[in-house]
Amino acid sequence: MLLRARSITKTYPGTEGPIEVLRGVSLDVDAGETVALTGESGSGKSTLLHLIGGLDAPDSGSIALQDIEITALDDAGRAAVRRDRVGVIFQQFNLIPSLTIADNIAFQARIAGRYQANLVSDLAQELGLAAQMKKYPEQLSGGQQQRVAIARTLAAQPRLVLADEPTGNLDEETADAVLDVMTKLTLDSGAALLMVTHSERLAGRLARRVHLRNGAVA
Amino acid sequence: MTRAVFAALLSHWWRNPLQLFTLMSGLALATALWSGVQAINAEARASYDAAAATLGEGRFDQITRSDGGLIDQADYIALRRSGWLVSPVVEGRINGQRVIGIDPLTAPGGLGPVTMDGGNIAAFLGGTGQLFARQETFDQLGETGAEQVVSADIAPGTVITDIGIAQRILDQDGLLTRLIVDPVQPVRQAKLDTVVPYLTLQAARSDTDVGRLTDSFHLNLTAFGFLSFAVGVFIVHGAIGLAFEQRRGVVRTMRALGVPLHRLIVLICVELLVLALIAGVIGVALGYLIAAALLPDVAATLEGLYGANVGGSIALRPVWLASALAIALGGTLIAAGGALVKLVRTPLLASGQRRASAIAGGPYNWVQPAVAGALLLLAVLLALFGSGLVAGFALLGSLLLGAALALSMILSGVLKVGSTLARGPIAQWFWADTRQQVPGLSLALMALLLAMSTNIGVSTMVSSFRLTFVGFLDQVLNAELYVYTTEDWQDRAMLDTVSNRVGSVLPIMSTGSTLAGHPAEVFSARDDPTYSENWKLIEAIPDAWGVLARGDGVMINEQLFRRTTLQLGSDLVINADVTLPVIGVYGDYGNPLGQAIVTEELFRQMFPDVRASRFGLRMSPGDVAGLRADLIAAGLPKGNLINQSGIKAFSMSVFDRTFTVTTALNILTLAVAGFAILMSLLTLAALRVPQLAPVWALGLTRRQLGWLELGRAVLLAVLTGICALPVGLALAWVLLAVVNVEAFGWRLPMFVFPGEYARLGLFALVAATCAAAWPAWRLARTPPSDLLKVFSNER
Repeated sequence: MLLRARSITKTYPGTEGPIEVLRGVSLDVDAGETVALTGESGSGKSTLLHLIGGLDAPDSGSIALQDIEITALDDAGRAAVRRDRVGVIFQQFNLIPSLTIADNIAFQARIAGRYQANLVSDLAQELGLAAQMKKYPEQLSGGQQQRVAIARTLAAQPRLVLADEPTGNLDEETADAVLDVMTKLTLDSGAALLMVTHSERLAGRLARRVHLRNGAVA
Repeated sequence: MTRAVFAALLSHWWRNPLQLFTLMSGLALATALWSGVQAINAEARASYDAAAATLGEGRFDQITRSDGGLIDQADYIALRRSGWLVSPVVEGRINGQRVIGIDPLTAPGGLGPVTMDGGNIAAFLGGTGQLFARQETFDQLGETGAEQVVSADIAPGTVITDIGIAQRILDQDGLLTRLIVDPVQPVRQAKLDTVVPYLTLQAARSDTDVGRLTDSFHLNLTAFGFLSFAVGVFIVHGAIGLAFEQRRGVVRTMRALGVPLHRLIVLICVELLVLALIAGVIGVALGYLIAAALLPDVAATLEGLYGANVGGSIALRPVWLASALAIALGGTLIAAGGALVKLVRTPLLASGQRRASAIAGGPYNWVQPAVAGALLLLAVLLALFGSGLVAGFALLGSLLLGAALALSMILSGVLKVGSTLARGPIAQWFWADTRQQVPGLSLALMALLLAMSTNIGVSTMVSSFRLTFVGFLDQVLNAELYVYTTEDWQDRAMLDTVSNRVGSVLPIMSTGSTLAGHPAEVFSARDDPTYSENWKLIEAIPDAWGVLARGDGVMINEQLFRRTTLQLGSDLVINADVTLPVIGVYGDYGNPLGQAIVTEELFRQMFPDVRASRFGLRMSPGDVAGLRADLIAAGLPKGNLINQSGIKAFSMSVFDRTFTVTTALNILTLAVAGFAILMSLLTLAALRVPQLAPVWALGLTRRQLGWLELGRAVLLAVLTGICALPVGLALAWVLLAVVNVEAFGWRLPMFVFPGEYARLGLFALVAATCAAAWPAWRLARTPPSDLLKVFSNER
């Protein structure tokens, strides 16, 4: 088992009292599996993704990634997990505006110590970015920027790819194309994909679907 | 990982050169002002040290003639034979350079350019002799026949040589100016007056030590430099705060991708320190140029006010180089400290978007007004109950910092009122939007407030000083012609020549003394209406001049009055036999010593050995030239006749040089503040786009938006200027009534100069307009595609 999450709870403070975002969510993901995480707005999809990625800590429950208990780690330990085992693709791309596309793609691989120039080149080719490598993010369209974010994640060869509505800003045709590439490259590398999406259509293209409702698995 | 992260951090500057320029130039300017002032101070202090080391001035007791004349060499020999360990000194001037002859064989240890251990003692004493001085002094001195040895250790404007050589080139064979008394004397020695009756022993007086006298001047300069640096740090703080704010998203991304926070912090610190070091070196170089430009005027001021010789060129001294770099690095760390703390505290999932309200000024909350209030309260308490120079500067600091911190609150309040009174949607939006910009611009506006109030304060002080001093010169220099005599025959020649041609002859006699436990001088005043008609007394009993003329009282200067507990009517011991009540206090600007005036008759009784060597002659101004020519014809040296206008012109020239220094520092400080505004507006420009795009979309043209941006900056500058006026006047009051009294011992009346303030306000307005013009122009030319991006979520 690649990912094992058990009885995850998370509460955020709100203006009208605490908001219970996750109420005992449990989830398993195997290596090579593609899973869609769906649900209404506010159902806790993104929060669960952030907790699995070590971007935040749950109030209770456990999250184990390849036998590493993420919830027991401190900030530096969680940073190491993000760097070495997990790749997160954000909806807002989160590229580094002052780096070229080539450097953006290589960035996470470099900090993880797994930089391979030919892999970066292959990913750029596969994602149609080969001609854009010397440009800066602001010179690219939204769809191109999202592909850069995907390439950056895959270049670091993570065991688990976490994608938070990676095609939310793209039209249907582009979204389908991006998802195809992302799925293919993830599976080619033997990793797993956990993707948050609102789209029933996109969710249907992945191997399994987990639906959240009011902070719990429906 | 380190390399990749560091490269990513540095790439921000590469892609945002304007921001890098802001940071570097802010830090460089701040360092430049600080190091420039410090360089001047270091150079001046080195000159004092050189003077003390080579001449022993102020360190040793001295023996001089009571009447100020020259000492016969035979008397020196008589003193040595009777057990006095004294060393002869000959002093005179050639082409304005001070030539001092010493005897290295008898001088107390450590004096002079050569020692008994040195191999060059023979050359110093023998042959044509050696002159030791700086190159610039030799350039002025001209040829004397002696070998010239260039030495940077000698005080500026001074030439040191063997006593025999000095006597020859000064044409004073067999004559000495004074004798230095070795601190170690035999237990048994004859009394001075039994060996040579006409000589007097003068104790080394620490109050006349040039280093101490000028300390206050340098303290003021240092304070100015520090203030400029504080203004600079405001800029750096703003620039660094903005850089952090703009990189919030990048930092969040890096952390999300797995870069540990502590490594990120370390790398950011290294990055900032490298930048600070580079900016610091640039700043030091600029500071060197500033110091080199200002030093001649500072040197002239110090020589004019205190008689302190300071070299006219700057040397690179390790002390100020190190202090300048330390202050650059320290300033950066101070400025970055808050931003780093915020970075550590920011949750990883917090918004990566830039927030205008968070730029530079930080969140507007209760802390800032509370600190401002506390500081202003402290200023009031210090003004009421504080004493001493440190309290004076603490008062200055708390006043300025308190006012700066209160500025945002005041501006926000005024703009809120404006918003309420505004009519029409655009006017309402303008006022409300201007208010929203205050937090982002607050640091730049604080810098402007500090610069303007410093300008107002220092200008008021210097102008008040000038005005008072002009009046004081008119009061003191009331004689039309001043004559100096050194020999009795000159007295007789002078009196014969002026007989029946002048209204009155006013002999000026003085002697050193100790009054109320303080080193002081006692002066004589002849009973003459000149004094009662011209001198303005700060405090006096009725008919004070009449009482003085009758020998029933003594007048003292303000310095003695403030340093002691003496009041009108207090008894003052003049010498063992004479004690008189204080009957008046007079202003005595520029004199570091205490002073007392008694009537001429009483003075002659108390100090029969003191001869009158200076005389003031009252006459019609039209007769001065003729009488002067006749006095020269009677044998009086031309240099011993000085007319009133000559002294006044010299005194005023000293002040004009002081003005040059002050004006230069004022302009530099204002320029730094203008620069702060420019940089804040430029760096905020990118953040303004999302705020302005909706207004543009609703129908305002980009050109209109540009004009409104310009108007907004000018409005804020005007409001800041209005706030600066009372702060500046309060600063002037502190400088005149607190710092000046503590530092110099006299209090100057404060005058206000509305015209000057209006001119300054205009300068500030021009600076603010110039600073805002470029960002406004850029805004007016923002491509519509950039404005549209705001709505398409692609920024």
